[in-house]
Amino acid sequence: MAKQKLKRVDLIFSKDCTCKDILAVALKRPKEEIVKDLIDSGLKGRGGAGFPTGLKWKMAMEEKSNKKYVICNADEGEPGTFKDREILDRVGLKVLGGMALASYVTGAREGFIYLRSEYKFLIPKLENLLEKFHVWMDEFDLDFKVNLFIGGGAYVCGEETSLIESMEGKRGEPRNKPPYPTNQGYLGKPTVVNNVETLVYALMIMYIGSEKFKSMGFEGSTGSKLFSVSGDTPKAGIYELELGMTLEQFVKEFGDGDAKAVQVGGASGFCVPRKRFKETHIGYQGGLEGFSLPTGGSMMIFNSSRSMYNVLHNYLDFFEEESCGQCTPCRVGCQQLLKGVEAVKRGEKSQKYLDDLLRLSDTMKLTAKCGLGQSVANSFSSIVENFREEMIY
Amino acid sequence: MAEKMIKLTIDGKVISVPEGTTLFEAAKLEKVKIPTLCYHQDLCVAGNCRVCVVEVEGWRVLPAACATPAMEGMVVFTNSPKVRRARKDVLALLVSEHSTQCTTCYRSTNCELQELAAEYNIDNEIYLNLLKDKTFTVDDSSWAIEKDETKCIRCQRCVRTCAELQKVNALDVIKKGADMKIATFFDTVMSDVVCTNCGQCINRCPTGALTERRYIDEIWEAIGDPNKHVAVQTAPAVRVALGEMLGYEPGVRVTGKMAAALKHLGFDSVLDTDFSADLTIMEEGHELIDRLKRKLVDGEDVALPMFTSCSPGWIKFIEHAYPDYLDHLSTCKSPQQMFGALLKTYYADKKKIDPKSIVSVSVMPCSAKKYEAKRIEMNDSGMQDVDYVMTTRELGHMIRQSGVNFKELKDGNFDKFMGDSTGAAVIFGATGGVMEAALRTAYEVLTGREVPFDGLKITPVRGMEGIREASIKLENVLPDFSFLEGIEVKVAIAHGLTNAAQIMDNLVIGESPYHFVEVMACPGGCIGGGGQPIPTNAEIRKARAAAIYDEDEKKVLRKSHENPDVQRIYKDFLGKPLGHKSHELLHTKYTRRERV
Amino acid sequence: MRKRESAIRAAVQKHGKERKNLLPVLHEVKQINNYLSRSDISEIAAEMGLSSAHVYGVASFYHFLDLEARGQNIIWVCKTISCYMKGSNDIMLALEDALKIKLGETTSDGKFTLLQTNCIGWCHKGPAMLINDHPYTDLTPEKVQNIIDEYYKK
Repeated sequence: MAKQKLKRVDLIFSKDCTCKDILAVALKRPKEEIVKDLIDSGLKGRGGAGFPTGLKWKMAMEEKSNKKYVICNADEGEPGTFKDREILDRVGLKVLGGMALASYVTGAREGFIYLRSEYKFLIPKLENLLEKFHVWMDEFDLDFKVNLFIGGGAYVCGEETSLIESMEGKRGEPRNKPPYPTNQGYLGKPTVVNNVETLVYALMIMYIGSEKFKSMGFEGSTGSKLFSVSGDTPKAGIYELELGMTLEQFVKEFGDGDAKAVQVGGASGFCVPRKRFKETHIGYQGGLEGFSLPTGGSMMIFNSSRSMYNVLHNYLDFFEEESCGQCTPCRVGCQQLLKGVEAVKRGEKSQKYLDDLLRLSDTMKLTAKCGLGQSVANSFSSIVENFREEMIY
Repeated sequence: MAEKMIKLTIDGKVISVPEGTTLFEAAKLEKVKIPTLCYHQDLCVAGNCRVCVVEVEGWRVLPAACATPAMEGMVVFTNSPKVRRARKDVLALLVSEHSTQCTTCYRSTNCELQELAAEYNIDNEIYLNLLKDKTFTVDDSSWAIEKDETKCIRCQRCVRTCAELQKVNALDVIKKGADMKIATFFDTVMSDVVCTNCGQCINRCPTGALTERRYIDEIWEAIGDPNKHVAVQTAPAVRVALGEMLGYEPGVRVTGKMAAALKHLGFDSVLDTDFSADLTIMEEGHELIDRLKRKLVDGEDVALPMFTSCSPGWIKFIEHAYPDYLDHLSTCKSPQQMFGALLKTYYADKKKIDPKSIVSVSVMPCSAKKYEAKRIEMNDSGMQDVDYVMTTRELGHMIRQSGVNFKELKDGNFDKFMGDSTGAAVIFGATGGVMEAALRTAYEVLTGREVPFDGLKITPVRGMEGIREASIKLENVLPDFSFLEGIEVKVAIAHGLTNAAQIMDNLVIGESPYHFVEVMACPGGCIGGGGQPIPTNAEIRKARAAAIYDEDEKKVLRKSHENPDVQRIYKDFLGKPLGHKSHELLHTKYTRRERV
Repeated sequence: MRKRESAIRAAVQKHGKERKNLLPVLHEVKQINNYLSRSDISEIAAEMGLSSAHVYGVASFYHFLDLEARGQNIIWVCKTISCYMKGSNDIMLALEDALKIKLGETTSDGKFTLLQTNCIGWCHKGPAMLINDHPYTDLTPEKVQNIIDEYYKK
């Protein structure tokens, strides 16, 4: 396969077209065709989990139910991610357009934007957009109403079933699956939960066509996505890039010339050391030789002045607080990893204890109840494996 | 409609199970034991302890067997190296935030975590001890229930019990992450919240995090004091469950051995709560007739239906949750408290014992009775009527401590005088039993004839259905009760407070057709009480209930009004039901309580 | 007291008694005193037909549904990695200095409470903080002093 290049893309924030024009065309098409387009495009969820969007909509579409819901997941809490805020701030109508499309396809009459509490300052702006949007819905004769739902401040609510629990007035704890939300979601009804960015891409695929979208990226990881770049970089910010670039290309563009590691996917993601930059691609698993790492968009660059122990400690401290606490591996495991690296650093435990903790992190990945719980130990294992000496001395 | 069947492979064996069966259930059908901690037969599936993980071919993760439905073609391994390693780690994690002072734990040898930790050879030292950094507390504020956070493994069985079975919601999950724990409203002490002391949480707690407040040492102390006359009463449901503490299978009745053991322990009098259960029927039955008369003849505004008041968990529940309906409760004290009040008056007098030297002990299937004994209303003898209440479990411990070989004991008898019982009293221990006993007596009082049921078995009120209804038509009543002629008496039975709440909610909206309702706080009635041996589940409760009904059938006397002790006390002491003395000693009143 | 009770009733009325409206109700009631008190929680529970312990359990799950008394303004300093790398500790020190309180405390005039929180989504412009709902980014110790001064002028 040809070497992927780092290529900038301009879809999410592009001003080429209006959301209304795209909807005007799309909402006249048979919904099966729309689903087919999305499936063909290969679009996967941009929140991090990477479930095929077209398939999700298809499953909800095929459910027989008097009520269905569309929920926009704007509970962006992964450390290092800030793209959803930017999207809602700059092109909120496109998000609503994506929701309208989902409503049209699935038959949902009610939608919600689950907005994280930290983004409350966006409420006035979003309320204005909603007013405008609901007028459009009348014009399009689409019976669809969107409400804002404000989260309470809990990282785990980014997990779709926790988000639903939270909307039902409960603690935001992940559910057992199956049933999946497309079958039994909000209030027990078929529900589509999509990330902010995913919804915009769904809309933009209607505009550019699935072929064009698919022509970007690589097999299994088509299209582009937004990257939130932070850390030791002179160019911190949001960038829309084609999927498939290597970390070497990424660091060349965004690093400060001294990058020793990149954390891909936030605190629940993987830390890649310099020696692996070349062989590591950004995209969903499989499809390319070497490693390919998925991300919700968080890209944190660390230069050689950084202590990877401090970085890991910060992540573990985050999870020790943000685990919902429901299941044993995540609740107790996170505490053990945190206290464990502290004990090794202080010399109270021998460096061999790191191996015990690595084995524990495997168990956490295998046995935690939800997708987040299964990934909380990723940063631990990837940092300890690659920067072991920094954990000890 | 034929059930859809799912074919899957478990540990190499192809099996077929109905759609919707979980992997845990499927394995159980194959007699494969998968360890569990948060799972409990009586409760909804939580899937949070992760001890029951299994390996499924082609799956990236190990799913929880309790929460994963069998799917067509699945290939499941319940004991692969991957599974064993994962389970071991999960158990080690639980142990790392658990107080491992097993030698001093009340639940030692009856603890599910201890059992699994031993089974999987968990090394206590592998992970750091997290308890050191926690501010965990032991809450012993309640007269009935102790809550020890250092032993809690967050399985949430108690929370589900309190919400699903009991609708009390005293306990809930609070905070998250490392701070997540089980607590009351704002972590208030247990004595000051809506807890009904029913103890169902204790029965389902896999560890020693929730236990009853114990009085074993105090009771031994009293027995050893030559200046004390220590009298013990035992509730009907104890005799069909005590055996489980002492090596018997559920459902084995040990009435005679229990009486013998109590004497062996050194109690000065070994008496039977059955006596006051029969007395309760006399008082409560007449109270019902009186209420009906005041309503039908005198046109008074009388609260109906009348609810039974034997279950102290139910009493505290209604006081908190439905305080506007306290006048529906029978004013009768529970059998335990009737017994207590009479022990230090009537009994002391007859036996020429200084009531001040009497130590009144009761053995109950119940934790709420501990609280009931401490209520300020329960001092009608001039002092605390019942001094110590112990559970079936505590008695089991005492018998073990005493060194007696329980299984080898020859059957003994209760002492005469407040030791007689009837089959009607015995069945108090099972849901529907009070109702059945009341109907046997009331029907006869009103008509002069036995209840029209074969062998006195009023089957419509029996069973394990959450709410049961029955009616009995009164015809050819005795002249004194002509106002009841032709009336169809409607009754209902509820057990488990969630079911009780349903009856209450119907009453609140004015849709309660009943005259008389029996409510027991615990699922199954007292045989499933919060003081009974652990574990509990539907089969065990059924076995205990069967043993109760069997005892009833074998009794010569099966109607409360035929109890010779009861007849004597009315003749010698009380006069008549609802008489002056009865009101003084056997009836009580209730208190409105807050909702938090 | 009266006012608070009727405000709770009004909040429940506005959003509806169904359990799904619990978070909106909690958010709204929190605004009355900038935190949720014991009696707030138990009254919300009573109004919505839920158990008090349960409503407490739900509220305690979420960072921004404060269950302890707070000042008029709550400062949440982001402590997560990107802000930490850009010096959030110095920002915390500057705030402690400017307000003469420690992390977790409230100023004696009741004007500010100083707290930390996890990632608030301004990683490219760290260090960042929220004062109530409003984000402040690219902070420096000098900038922090000015922001606090501005609040005191208001």
